[in-house]
Amino acid sequence: MTLQLFWFFGGIAIAGALLMICFRNPIASAFCLIVTMLALSAIFFMLNAQFIGAVQILVYAGAVMVLFLFVIMLLNVGRGGSDMRRAPVWFVGLILVGILASQLLPLSRYSSERLALEYSHSPLLANPAVVFDTTMNLAGVNPAQATLDRGVPGDIAMPLFQQYLVPFELTSVLLLAAIVGAVVLAKRRI
Amino acid sequence: MALIGPSLAVSAILFVIGVFGVLLRRNAIVLFMCVELMLNAVNLTFVALSTVYGLAGQVFVFFVMTVAAAEAAVGLAIIIAIFRHHKSVDLQNINLLRG
Amino acid sequence: MHLPFELGGLAQGQAASGAPVEGAVVAIIGLPLAGFLLNGALAILRPRAKAIVSVIGPAVLLASFAVSVMLFREMAALWHTSPNVTPVVTLWPWLPVGALNVPFAFQVDQLSMVMLLVVTGVGSLIHLFSVGYMRADEGYARYFAYLNLFVMFMLVLVLGASFPMMFIGWEGVGLCSYLLIGFWFTEQANADAGKKAFVMNRIGDFGFLVAMMLIWRAFGSLNFIDVFSRAPAVLPAGGALVTAITLFLFLGCTGKSAQIPLYTWLPDAMAGPTPVSALIHAATMVTAGVYLIARANVLFALAPVSQLVVAGIGALTALFAATIALRQYDIKKVLAYSTVSQLGYMFLGVGTGAISTGMFHLVTHAFFKALLFLGSGSVIHAMHHAYEASHRHEDAQDMRNMGGLAQYMPWTTGLMVVATLAIAGVPPLSGFFSKDEILAVAFGRGGTEPLFRLYWAMATVAALLTAYYMARLIAMTFFGENRTGTESARHLHEAPWIMTGPLLVLGILSIVGGALNVPAFAQDFLTPARLEFWLQPVTAAGADIATRLGTAAHTPEGTTETALLLLAIVIAVGGLVLGWATTLRARILPARDSSPDRGFWKVLYRKYYVDELYDRYVVQPLVRFSRTVLWRTVDQGVIDGGLVNGSARLSRAVGWIGSRLQTGQVGLYVVLFLVGALYILGTVAWP
Repeated sequence: MTLQLFWFFGGIAIAGALLMICFRNPIASAFCLIVTMLALSAIFFMLNAQFIGAVQILVYAGAVMVLFLFVIMLLNVGRGGSDMRRAPVWFVGLILVGILASQLLPLSRYSSERLALEYSHSPLLANPAVVFDTTMNLAGVNPAQATLDRGVPGDIAMPLFQQYLVPFELTSVLLLAAIVGAVVLAKRRI
Repeated sequence: MALIGPSLAVSAILFVIGVFGVLLRRNAIVLFMCVELMLNAVNLTFVALSTVYGLAGQVFVFFVMTVAAAEAAVGLAIIIAIFRHHKSVDLQNINLLRG
Repeated sequence: MHLPFELGGLAQGQAASGAPVEGAVVAIIGLPLAGFLLNGALAILRPRAKAIVSVIGPAVLLASFAVSVMLFREMAALWHTSPNVTPVVTLWPWLPVGALNVPFAFQVDQLSMVMLLVVTGVGSLIHLFSVGYMRADEGYARYFAYLNLFVMFMLVLVLGASFPMMFIGWEGVGLCSYLLIGFWFTEQANADAGKKAFVMNRIGDFGFLVAMMLIWRAFGSLNFIDVFSRAPAVLPAGGALVTAITLFLFLGCTGKSAQIPLYTWLPDAMAGPTPVSALIHAATMVTAGVYLIARANVLFALAPVSQLVVAGIGALTALFAATIALRQYDIKKVLAYSTVSQLGYMFLGVGTGAISTGMFHLVTHAFFKALLFLGSGSVIHAMHHAYEASHRHEDAQDMRNMGGLAQYMPWTTGLMVVATLAIAGVPPLSGFFSKDEILAVAFGRGGTEPLFRLYWAMATVAALLTAYYMARLIAMTFFGENRTGTESARHLHEAPWIMTGPLLVLGILSIVGGALNVPAFAQDFLTPARLEFWLQPVTAAGADIATRLGTAAHTPEGTTETALLLLAIVIAVGGLVLGWATTLRARILPARDSSPDRGFWKVLYRKYYVDELYDRYVVQPLVRFSRTVLWRTVDQGVIDGGLVNGSARLSRAVGWIGSRLQTGQVGLYVVLFLVGALYILGTVAWP
């Protein structure tokens, strides 16, 4: 049941992506990307990353893509003819992408048992339940218990404000730089 | 946990589609959207593996999203600035760094 | 007891009595060097200061000779008790390179002592002669500078304690020979002659260098004492290696001492001033080859095949050059070919293994050949003066323009006759003893190796020819009727005493020089064989090896000896008489009016066309090869075109590729980016 649901949303995501690169109209491409993102969000939920799934909708689909739409509408692009590259690039592109696909797709053969095998380097301990001790999360707290205590965001918040505090603060600096940069770059007159 | 394999497959496919789109499209904004697609595929990989390896994956996705948002903002601002100069966002004609 | 020099040889503990050898050696070599520097400075700064140069030039040589004589007496006293002591004077560690260690060192042994006395003694006389001869020349100071430099290098050559040291002298005298032959370089012919001498010497030097490298490979050392003491142990007798070494050394000798095939530079070298011909091309430089073989006699004793080659080429050259001299008309050319011929005799002597006979002939030859050259110099000087005074432009060196000069230059004539008798081998002059001994040892060794009988025969014929052409020279120059022309002949006169004095000294030496090495039969009532005895410490090792191998040189005894002796006398006297009579009877016209020779005489006159042969088959192909292959193909094509221009073109091409990649198009950059990323992924995904 779970698997079929997964492939349902996965299929939507892939279809959305394919359509995105095919449409001539950039608005249509943007909308297809939004569909893909929403499907991805559903997949996140299924993968037990509820917070991330929610943030995906809020930030990615809700803010970033809206920004894209605003810019497309502001610049009024997409009026002209096709903006795909000409034929030779297709072939070269297909070849390169084919090679890339052949390198990446074997990853799908992984399962948790195989990961446990590779992680512990010995066939005896290839039991994922033992190798990956999910009874404890990073903070040394039982995640199931933590979820009960603080809710799903709390799970993320604990490492975020403990181990990853410095990157967190640096990200805020990055956002500040991005804001200033975007405002300055987009001004009509500096 | 049985979803790891299929998740990685979907992620790979999305990534490859995103690369193809980057190679294919001339419109700067659409090209940028394909880059966003690639980032999403990577997010999926992280989340899928976080079901095995622990919550570090999800934290990382958090950061990726943040940076992607910042990057989108700045990138689009640059595109607007380019548009003001060239009156188009067709990347074929923007080759001032030619040398 | 601490000595200021190192002692080679056996008697390490013996002390020399008194004056240090080191100081003497430094003085002997340093004095001509100082002379060169002073005269050279004067030549550049004050070329007209002839008086000072006239003092400095000969004075340094005479001083060097005086020190040599003192050293001789010193060492003779030392060697009387311990003859195997060889003082080695090391000035500084010259070449300590890895396993090779060649110090800048000189050694004094019996052999180098002999050469030392000859070089400084005859050199001093020639310097004195030059004061008179070159008086009117503009390059006076330059001349003495070069001459002093030459003597210095020659002394380095004979005193060197190792092959590289000797090679310094070897090359240096070649250089000075070039400078002095081309002394009047404003004439193209003189400059060409200098170049020819240098280039042919260089070919010989290649042989010397290869031999040095082979010796280094075999011995790990290049010092004479090391090499010669270990030679019998290291090199198998008669083996390929020692034969190769000695043959390459001999190649060097053929270049330096003008033997076949590298002799053609010597007649051309007569373009230089006559005292130069006397010093360099008669007495000293050309004898360096003989000295080399004498020095390396241990190596040659180990290689009987090389000895055959050396003796054979020596005999052949003696005969060959003598035939050419029969029909030369330039007085200096006759003497030049005579020198080549006499050098052949010396090589025959050392090739037979009898080192002392070769060295003996070297010494006596130095005396009478220098005398002959200087005498001819006086003649040319007088002829030149005569033609200048009468404003005529005849060749002052052509014997057909001379004749009957005896009435004008009595002293010169008398001394030249003495020298002629010496070179022809008339007893009791020195030439008789030295030449007879060479013929005797050649004949004696012919008992075991028949080839040496052939050499003996060739040398005997050459002796006959020598007497003939020398008599012809004397008759044509000094006797008969005068062909200079009455007007010019009025200005002929004897040379000044500064020139005739040295001639006198050389004349006396030519007469009594035979006493140095009297042969066996006369040892009872004359003096013992001094030179042979003197050189014994140097030649003993080689003689032992020769005895072991059955190739020992010995003079025949009893009736054979007497027969040979009489034969030599008959040939000498007969040749002289024949030459004298034939020349005086013939009708000789002045050079301008003479008709050219025909037939075989023409071949002799044109020196068997050897120069032309070399030019056609060696020089021209080499020049063509240089021009087309080395210059056009290699230098212009490969190096300039391929390497220099090619590397520039390659850089431009690579740069062009790089510039084509910088299109400014984002699309292209993305593709390249992707290719790189795929490659990296590939190393991970498909290891």
